[in-house]
Amino acid sequence: MVQFTVPELPVLENKKGIKKETILSMLERMLLIRLTEQRIAKRVEEKKVFTPCHLYIGQEADAVGVCFALRDTDYVFSTHRSHGHFLAKGGDVNELFAEIYCRETGCSGGRGGSMHLCDPSVGLLGSSSIVAGTVGIGLGPAFKSKIFHEDNISCIFHGDCVPEEGIWHESLNFAAVKKLPVLYICENNLYAASAALKDRRVNDNIYEVARAHGLHTEIVDGNDLFAVNSAAMDAVERLRNGEGPQYIETRTYRWLGHVGNRDDIDVGLRSREELDYWKRRDPIANLENKLKGEGTVSEKELEMIHKKIQEKVDIAEDKALKDPKPSPDTLLRHVYSKEVMPV
Amino acid sequence: MSRLLSYGDAINEAHRIALEKDPKCFLIGQGVNNPWFVGRTTTGLADEFGAERVMDSPVSEAAMTGACIGAAMAGAHPVVFHPRMDFMYLTLDQIINHCASWNYMFNGKINVPIVIRGIVNRGGEQGAQHSQSPFGIYANIPGLKVVTPATAKDAKGLLLAALRDPDPVIYIDDRWLYEVEDDVPEGDYETPIGRANILREGSDLSIVAASFMVKEAIEAADELAKEGISTEVVDLRTIKPVDMETVNNSVKKTKRVVIAIAEWYFSSVAASIAEGVYKEHYKELHSPVELVTLPDAPAPASQSLEEAYYPDRKTIINASKYVMQYG
Repeated sequence: MVQFTVPELPVLENKKGIKKETILSMLERMLLIRLTEQRIAKRVEEKKVFTPCHLYIGQEADAVGVCFALRDTDYVFSTHRSHGHFLAKGGDVNELFAEIYCRETGCSGGRGGSMHLCDPSVGLLGSSSIVAGTVGIGLGPAFKSKIFHEDNISCIFHGDCVPEEGIWHESLNFAAVKKLPVLYICENNLYAASAALKDRRVNDNIYEVARAHGLHTEIVDGNDLFAVNSAAMDAVERLRNGEGPQYIETRTYRWLGHVGNRDDIDVGLRSREELDYWKRRDPIANLENKLKGEGTVSEKELEMIHKKIQEKVDIAEDKALKDPKPSPDTLLRHVYSKEVMPV
Repeated sequence: MSRLLSYGDAINEAHRIALEKDPKCFLIGQGVNNPWFVGRTTTGLADEFGAERVMDSPVSEAAMTGACIGAAMAGAHPVVFHPRMDFMYLTLDQIINHCASWNYMFNGKINVPIVIRGIVNRGGEQGAQHSQSPFGIYANIPGLKVVTPATAKDAKGLLLAALRDPDPVIYIDDRWLYEVEDDVPEGDYETPIGRANILREGSDLSIVAASFMVKEAIEAADELAKEGISTEVVDLRTIKPVDMETVNNSVKKTKRVVIAIAEWYFSSVAASIAEGVYKEHYKELHSPVELVTLPDAPAPASQSLEEAYYPDRKTIINASKYVMQYG
């Protein structure tokens, strides 16, 4: 059933000639996601984190490759698996940890939890834990840009089960017919919760269906930072030129199970061989090996980067644990923008 | 200055003022130029403001509504309309899980200043799927405000207020009222959201009504007056958040109340208001609170069944007399 095949290892060809400084920024961001998620997984295992965490380990190149092609003023909508998108778009890791621990200092004040992150200051207008929820609302900023002649684009990250929902088709057709500047990123990690792609579709052709709706589409190796970033940059250029909605399917894999710290292999949902295959295709380790091999960075530089990011994660978690939880007095705050007289 | 204007034309005028004065406002819905879909409520707007700001949509209620919700999150002031509320169910995930929850879920960082206009279009043997007025469904959702204008004046004033509200407002208008005329001020004004209005003062009985049933309540009050029953008519105007203060002040005076809203009986706005009345006045009431609603059944097609299905002036009069018999 799986027709699109990725190379044995990510090719990682820097076709766009991205400068070392930017590459290292992207690497640092991917590492920030990886180390944050590993820490959260550990705390879930220790039963110190309760909000349901859908972890992003293994998919880091997608969020980072795409978000580095966007401006701060471009909008992003994310999913239940939102930590990677939040950090990639420039969200504050302190606010992320505080939200994971449901503190009042969290990006959503402890009212959202792991699946509902936002940072309007960098264009992240929210993440939804309803499958396909954001393919509707995510049209909005692009619709506004189109009507009022602004140049911001709207980027909607979604998983591979979303094309099974009706609103996905509505959204693509709406964007195409109105020529909206929407960038859809389908992160195809081959699973929807416990259900494998092959059990949910007859054909491995999500990007082709998107093309049939009138979108410009690409499919790329989602573990190849350069491939994802390059495809996103090209798509963004077409969007700014008014060429209508763009669709990128990335082929990738989450190392952990649907939710929490377990890998779901013991219960037979996935195979060890499959996970090992994708771990060999690690988007971070392969990038680091390449950069070392070609002499772009030294072993020592990489060690320094790892140390720096690990410290950032440690500090963010420590700080979050000291922050207060939201007061019960504030329970009804923000149901409306202004306080409304009680009924 | 005011003049006689129909309810439908008053809605049109509010749309026009909003589009003129608010550069962030736009209007979208199926049949925007189609008199069979929306009466005259949007006639001429596309010509005047251009197809970029006043537009039709693909037949995709959920995506269209979602697009407007997201545009509001990004700072636009959209009005999206649904020519029949029955079709609005297709948008409920976008409205409930997203639009209504967003400001709370994100700690007040992202508000959604949208107006979602649902039109009640019933009668004429249209049957169960072309007749609904499910007020209670929307009023039940935290984060939404729900307005149900009964007069032309408030049809205009509530639409303008809804457009300037920072939160999502479900604006429900009723085609059975489109040709009803009353005094409508010229120019820009707002009817405050969350405030009921005493349309007629009385001392024996309060009829609390919303939308089309307000018109029926006024006619019922006229007839009851002939029989010496002095009736106060409270037009709720907003059903969420509902103005219990005005309702309870009226009941404090009359000690008897009929609540008339043309929605399904069980789990209704009317039932919630009844609870609010009992809580405040259970010792003073002269009679049980009486509800005039739709029966708990889908809308029928045949005219003979429709006549039995829709409450009107006569239903309100019967309910009022029933309440009065307690003495």
